Amino acid sequence: MMKTTGVMVNPVAFEGKYAGDGCRGGNERVVDMRSDTPPEHCYPKGLPLSNAAMSQLAGFDPAEIPAEDEALRPEVRAFLAHHLNGLRAETRARSWSGYDPALSRALGARGWLGITLPREYGGSGRSAYARYVLVEEFLCAGAPVGSHWIADRQSGPLILKYGTEAQKQFHLPKICRGESFFCIGMSEPSSGSDLASVRTRARRNDAGWLLNGRKIWTTNAHHCHYMIALVRTSGEPGDRHQGLSQLIVDLSLPGVTVRPITDLAGDRHFCEVFFDDVQLGPEALIGAEGQGWAQVTAELAYERSGPERIYSSMVVFDEWLAWIRTPAGHSASATRLAGRIASHLAPLRAMSIAVTAQLSAGQSPVVEAALVKDLGTSLEQQIPALIADDLASREDPSTVPAELLATLAYTTRIAPSFSLRGGTREILRGMIARGLGLR
Amino acid sequence: MDSLISDALATLLSDRCGFDVVRAIESGSSTTDLWQAIDAAGFADAMVSEAQGGAGLSVAAVAECWMLAGRHALPVPLAETMIVRASAARSGITAPRGPIALGTGHRTASSAVRCASVVGGRTAHAVLVSIAGESRLLIVSEAAAERCAFELDLTLEWPQSSWEAAPRLAMKVDTRLAQALVLALQLAGALDAVFQRSLAWANEREQFGKPIGKFQAIQHQLSLMAEEAFAARMAARIACLAAPGQPSTNTEQDPLAAIDPLRIAIAKARASEAALQVAQMAHAVHGAIGFTAEFDLQLLTRRLHAWRQAAGSESAWHDRLGQALVASPSRLSLDLLRQTTDFHAQAA
Repeated sequence: MMKTTGVMVNPVAFEGKYAGDGCRGGNERVVDMRSDTPPEHCYPKGLPLSNAAMSQLAGFDPAEIPAEDEALRPEVRAFLAHHLNGLRAETRARSWSGYDPALSRALGARGWLGITLPREYGGSGRSAYARYVLVEEFLCAGAPVGSHWIADRQSGPLILKYGTEAQKQFHLPKICRGESFFCIGMSEPSSGSDLASVRTRARRNDAGWLLNGRKIWTTNAHHCHYMIALVRTSGEPGDRHQGLSQLIVDLSLPGVTVRPITDLAGDRHFCEVFFDDVQLGPEALIGAEGQGWAQVTAELAYERSGPERIYSSMVVFDEWLAWIRTPAGHSASATRLAGRIASHLAPLRAMSIAVTAQLSAGQSPVVEAALVKDLGTSLEQQIPALIADDLASREDPSTVPAELLATLAYTTRIAPSFSLRGGTREILRGMIARGLGLR
Repeated sequence: MDSLISDALATLLSDRCGFDVVRAIESGSSTTDLWQAIDAAGFADAMVSEAQGGAGLSVAAVAECWMLAGRHALPVPLAETMIVRASAARSGITAPRGPIALGTGHRTASSAVRCASVVGGRTAHAVLVSIAGESRLLIVSEAAAERCAFELDLTLEWPQSSWEAAPRLAMKVDTRLAQALVLALQLAGALDAVFQRSLAWANEREQFGKPIGKFQAIQHQLSLMAEEAFAARMAARIACLAAPGQPSTNTEQDPLAAIDPLRIAIAKARASEAALQVAQMAHAVHGAIGFTAEFDLQLLTRRLHAWRQAAGSESAWHDRLGQALVASPSRLSLDLLRQTTDFHAQAA
């Protein structure tokens, strides 16, 4: 099940949020993109269109979350209400950037990490919809789920898909218990959108692999146990997609130096990671040597359509709604704005669930996933801007609760990252255009 | 079933409702041939119960047909007629065979019944008018008519005597809500058609020695158009689905009774916002040719603007949705999103 489900299966990285998504690259050579997109003859060249020319979006049906997965919701909601009690909104707004290993272990103890992984590896063997329900509740509550986020969303499924039996036995149970945290090593100082130009290199030696180079924008590297890194194992950077492999790097090894980078909100969640003659065993290789590019690009759609592309501003939205429900905060223009935001969120949720359904069915909705992410992150960025306009237009701004203002200030500052992480807006629109047959 | 009927309607509209026909009807030509073809094939009775001679289809089952009406710029109120025939049949009233529009009325100072900007009023024979808790079927020829900004709409005013003589339905139909749902679906169809035409044009039109679709600026415009058309379509489709626990149809009542008004609010608001964006971008991509009367694009973009404004623009429906959100007992707006997007397929 997991191999084909995995709305959250994401070989491409949260770290990829600041960096390459695998389908960029200066020359825009994308190996695995075109095969899944309709041929150009779907779109008549001339006018007028024939009536047979239906949009490729026409088959994109609304999908239903199965009742057995929906049944998880009250349980997880009650759990979160207990665990997040007293946590300030400003802190909850960090959500999947927040770090709380105790919460991760508690979620693991409930069977809620790696929920889609098979039981024999410590998972629960549930559907992608089950994870959708959990993640939706985590994000809307503002649970600090950053510590296990990458391992749960993508590293675990990646190891399940490409790992050896020994790698699966070693890593997956610890991921499911919330004891093993992963980060993704993709970007480098000179390789951002042009991911295929990575220079970090692993040379095969008698002991396994000798690793040298550095990665940057690696989220939570200072808290993580392992990194899955895209590195060059043969050839030169000019060889582009050839000669790249993925390695699981134990970050506790000698020669690894992690230096956190302070972001503009004052948080230290992303890092620069240096590798100086780091000796890795032969078992560090995940998947096939030389197949790193195909591995990181194979399931691009999975990272683009999850709830984290819609709900990054939900904590500040709900804080603001709570205030406009009070006599002091109520206004007709705020009510209209609340409706406007909800009218965008609702179809986005339906679109995100529809992409989950397509992924579960083994399809590859590359264009639809890119559409959802571009629309979703644009809305996530608009929400704090629109709320700020409402609050700052009030006759007496001193009536606005301080916690709401602090939450808004935080969300406003980090909002630019929403459309950078997971592939930039410009890259996504290029992908959509490719899917439409324009390039 | 729903794809059978929508495939049949697509074929009929391709044969009988080309843009030359749309232009002619907008200029005042008769709708008789077009309407007879549609009615003879049974489309107008699709929502009438099978016991009463119809096909007994739910809103979800005819949604694709309503989108086709938008895609083809159908110049007669087919979706509205489907709703009214079904409602009338359930009240034991035989509706007139011609096209029927929906009107939301108010009383004038002289007790006349006035419906502003009736969508499709100019090609309708009758209008289902709701006012003060009741709905009656009024004949267009008995009304004083005023032209509207959009060629096929009319503002109509009936004397009290017409109202009193008109057949009254057993239940009140919320005609504004019904019109909003119809237009959300028609907008979704028209948005998709405009997007596809723009895509085809970008592939065909060459400047600087290559198709303009090869330029990144145009590609990004088309990507944005696809996003807007896609979101509007999803909003319109989920509006037709009954929430879990609600029956999708109730043969004793209003055929729209199973539809959550908040879903319609979302659909009409989202489609109306998309209409403005997509119309602007389509004309930008097409350049001056798209601005001519001769080129077909204007038949669709004029409708995008007209339907955005009819039965409440986005702000009207944002208000409705915002009021529900502010009144919601849950601290999580997610709960309202779930209420307005979840459904059970077997109920749909």
